[in-house]
Amino acid sequence: MGTAIVDKNKNYLNEKSGLWSWLTTLDHKRIGIMYMIAVMFFFLLGGIFAMLIRAELFKVGPTLFTSPQYNQVMTLHGAIMVFMVIIPGIPAFLGNFFLPIQLGAKDVAFPRINLLSWYCLIVGAAVVFWSLLHHGVDTGWTFYTPYSISTSNGTTWVVAGAFIIGFSSILTGLNFIATVHKLRAPGMNFWRMPLFVWALYSTAILQVLATPVLGITLLLLVAERVMGIGIFDAKLGGDPVLFQHFFWFYSHPAVYIMILPAMGVVSELIATFSRKTIFGYKAIALSSVGIAAVSFFVWGHHMFVSGQSEVAGIIFSFLTMLVGVPTAIKVFNWVATIYKGSVRFDTPMLYALGFLFLFTIGGVTGIILATIATDVHFHDTYFVVAHFHYVMVGGTLMAIMGGIYYWIPKMFGRMYNEYWARITFVLIFVGFNVTFFPQFVLGALGMPRRYFDYLPVYEPLNRISSVGAWTIGVGFLIGLFVIIQAIFKGEKAPENPWGGKTLEWQTASPPPHENFHNQPVVTAGPYEYR
Amino acid sequence: MAFDRSDLDLFIPLTLFGRLEEVLLGSSNHHVIPFRVYLNILLILLLFTVVTVVVSRIDFGAANAFIAMFIASIKAGLVLLYFMHLKYDDKLFPTVFFISIFFLLVMFAFSHLDIITRVLENNIL
Repeated sequence: MGTAIVDKNKNYLNEKSGLWSWLTTLDHKRIGIMYMIAVMFFFLLGGIFAMLIRAELFKVGPTLFTSPQYNQVMTLHGAIMVFMVIIPGIPAFLGNFFLPIQLGAKDVAFPRINLLSWYCLIVGAAVVFWSLLHHGVDTGWTFYTPYSISTSNGTTWVVAGAFIIGFSSILTGLNFIATVHKLRAPGMNFWRMPLFVWALYSTAILQVLATPVLGITLLLLVAERVMGIGIFDAKLGGDPVLFQHFFWFYSHPAVYIMILPAMGVVSELIATFSRKTIFGYKAIALSSVGIAAVSFFVWGHHMFVSGQSEVAGIIFSFLTMLVGVPTAIKVFNWVATIYKGSVRFDTPMLYALGFLFLFTIGGVTGIILATIATDVHFHDTYFVVAHFHYVMVGGTLMAIMGGIYYWIPKMFGRMYNEYWARITFVLIFVGFNVTFFPQFVLGALGMPRRYFDYLPVYEPLNRISSVGAWTIGVGFLIGLFVIIQAIFKGEKAPENPWGGKTLEWQTASPPPHENFHNQPVVTAGPYEYR
Repeated sequence: MAFDRSDLDLFIPLTLFGRLEEVLLGSSNHHVIPFRVYLNILLILLLFTVVTVVVSRIDFGAANAFIAMFIASIKAGLVLLYFMHLKYDDKLFPTVFFISIFFLLVMFAFSHLDIITRVLENNIL
């Protein structure tokens, strides 16, 4: 019997060459990298819109835009960041790359569908940008009726684009569920799966169950705009609040589509950089599933002042508090893992600690907004803006950055510049708090969100907030250069620079085309440090 | 202190989770359905189609939509169970299907709870 000769210099990056080989690749790692490039591009665009928003709000009165222009910039910032950056950010980019490797598989279950999901994102994004040629869109990323029924034609294009992007999310979720069930390596039972995989698995359930509801809702909105079918339009006997029910039935679980994978990344970072077996593995794993399940019962807390009934409001308020239980389980277990660990403060761990700090603030202020009596005061103020940015940026983006620095050595076989990476972290962390903490105060003082102008009393805090935003902008730009420098000029990375225990650290850096030279056999849990 | 003890975790025996996976995945035996069963289901579906048409000509008032949806659900159920093999397939698929139906019902239930209580609170009727 002959033995296959393994070329140790071949990896997924140099296995084939040329643009066409990338555009037609079925390799989950290459598709992950294609997602990375797309998401970074969209993040840059969304970030530019964010900088423009803060420039407009730097001082009282019109600065850069007219009010309709401001509405369009604000809408595009939200739609791009939610649908094209944060939702696909971790699952489709880092998840695509690492889920099969962490399971000991050669690829995802359906590689062609995986590639199709990337094209869905790109085509959907192109359709969204096409709207700019049709007077843009000014509804905010939530497309609330009745305004979205009557406003400019660009709305139809953006809604259609979001509909197409939804398929990308559904297909990725389907792929991950099938991969987790069918392609685990010998010995890899559910209790030996890394917590990142558990988080992606929980996220995938949400993507498959919730996203179709958004698709149908957006189709109904287009049908309402084009044909006037009368489901959301009160003039035709419809109910505008029904749109909010349908929209948030998806979009609240979508918040967890955004944050659950981030929690998975943080679990990996804290275990690896604390050099300690993770505390409460099963509790963290099952709390991901718990968060996913509870997320379907809480959407009405977005609608306390929408005209929703008081009874429904009270029930949703009570149910929302339940989310705090599995979330707190995670936070306490992470802290317990760090306790008495041999903690290394490399850049990925700094981002994990940043996540813990910021996400906790985001979570606790969420409780304030989930309480009906206080929400009536804070609703649609900058308090809400600050809250969800603490969760989405302070949580998800921190985890994405931490995850990128953690896995760059594995993805590209190169190390990043630790000094500049830490400077990036400091700029982003400090800039973030300078931007959004004043917004809690602005919200408490009553400054409404989504307006392009404000009363003079709010100006000082708005100026501080804008300076913070530009600091974040500089931080992310430097971070981008650190990543690019690492990919092209970084020092050669060893196979396991952090001493990780999960399977991706047991293969070459960068991994070969089929991930492992020999089929791994799993005999122990993923975090057995000491 | 307990925090540095890695053995302190939820006690969930692996066999329990193994059982869950077994239930989810089931066996992969391919079942061939006899032609006679297909024919019977087709006839039942045609019968229900006739019932649908007949019922549509009678005014049941507020129950009209409920009756129409009930008949349609029976027809859809038969198609799923027999024509789409859900009755004979791995248990993973009916599990996924019924979870989806459950969350659909959650959406309908809470949305309607709002609409009904909104009507009552505001004395709209």
